[in-house]
Amino acid sequence: MAGKPKLHYSNGRGKMESIRWLLATAGVEFEEQFIEKKEDLEKLRNDGYLLFQQVPMVEIDGMKMVQARAIGSYIAAKYNLYGKDLKERAWIDMYVEGTTDLMGMIMLLPFQPADTKEKNLALIIERATTRYFPVYEKALKDHGQDYLVGNKLSWADIHLLEAILMAEECKPDILSAFPLLQAFKGRTSNIPTIKKFLQPGSQRKPPIDEKGVAMVKKIYDI
Amino acid sequence: MSGKPKLHYFNGRGRMESIRWLLAAAGVEFEECFLETKDDLTKLQKDGSLMFQQVPMVEIDGIKMVQSRAIGNYIAAKYNLYGKDLKERALIDMYVEAIIDLNELLMMNTFQPEDKKQQHFANLVDKATNRYFPVYEKVLKDHGQDFLVGNQLSRADVQLLETLLMAEECKPDILAKFPLLQSFKARISNIPTIKKFLQPGSQRKPPLQEKDVARVMKIFH
Repeated sequence: MAGKPKLHYSNGRGKMESIRWLLATAGVEFEEQFIEKKEDLEKLRNDGYLLFQQVPMVEIDGMKMVQARAIGSYIAAKYNLYGKDLKERAWIDMYVEGTTDLMGMIMLLPFQPADTKEKNLALIIERATTRYFPVYEKALKDHGQDYLVGNKLSWADIHLLEAILMAEECKPDILSAFPLLQAFKGRTSNIPTIKKFLQPGSQRKPPIDEKGVAMVKKIYDI
Repeated sequence: MSGKPKLHYFNGRGRMESIRWLLAAAGVEFEECFLETKDDLTKLQKDGSLMFQQVPMVEIDGIKMVQSRAIGNYIAAKYNLYGKDLKERALIDMYVEAIIDLNELLMMNTFQPEDKKQQHFANLVDKATNRYFPVYEKVLKDHGQDFLVGNQLSRADVQLLETLLMAEECKPDILAKFPLLQSFKARISNIPTIKKFLQPGSQRKPPLQEKDVARVMKIFH
């Protein structure tokens, strides 16, 4: 049934944030139903809404889609953010998997024991600056184009911007050795739909705070 | 350059096994280059062959592909194992992502320290029999067809079979309550390319033995 996509998740970034970015960039308005306590999640489960008893879940085009990557792939393909052929798609997938791994590390940080935080943060910064960012810097350098794949905005670019901003929250000067990524960040942030998403009042979520960590732990039994 | 795909990984299942299954199901011959020591991995890293310094890596159609999901997506699409349209693809993706989650639990089983083994195993069996298998059993029951999506063989079927067999290795009667999954297992196992892959002498890898865990950890750590 036509209508706005409806996102089911807790009121925070987590595994839903990349989906919010995709929809926002594609200029697609969406609704959100927030899980605030365990009972909300239980209700979704009991109602049979969650194929594998988990969120994220997005109601879209008559489906109750689950699994963040499946949802992301569907949205990217539907809104022409997935390249023009199989090979472009392959590059986009590889790039997105890389930024997924990096953002995955950053997202875990608030949930790790206090005495490991410093070590984990150091590892994130090391990985970001020696494993991940050099790849994207080189990709931009090699073809000299504005976008990572196929000279056109794709999921890979949106995901990279999200990862860059998240990494800068960890270390503000983390892009200092990556001039092309800095330019990429400036350029991509200026795309009208993305610019709008980056402004206060949008559905973009802030980084999680202590209260949020406690709530997430309670809802999901971590 | 054209030629057989070439897989770079250690000589075991890990994150490459699903890719071996897909290629085999599609009837695509492939070569393998096994990492046996940390030096083998370091060499690939230094060569610039590994985009994010990690394996799996598959040389295919002129690209050195990394990231097992990206590789799986490419092979599935190329060999028509990805449904006929966006919505079938969405279903296949959802089913495959959950299978990957269950596979993780299965893979991690061998790597658990002694004091965590029992708890991990119990969690694995609980998730398999209460969260995942019922979904696939219901899908098959609801449409009554031979395959999970679109009445034709897809990646979802291949990966589900792989996982069912791995789960049975952990607990032989794990499919006791799932008659449709049992017949699915038999049916898909009989597809000629898959039947061939299930025979001794194929490139399918055996489960990792406890004695090999230390050796594998050494390559990657």
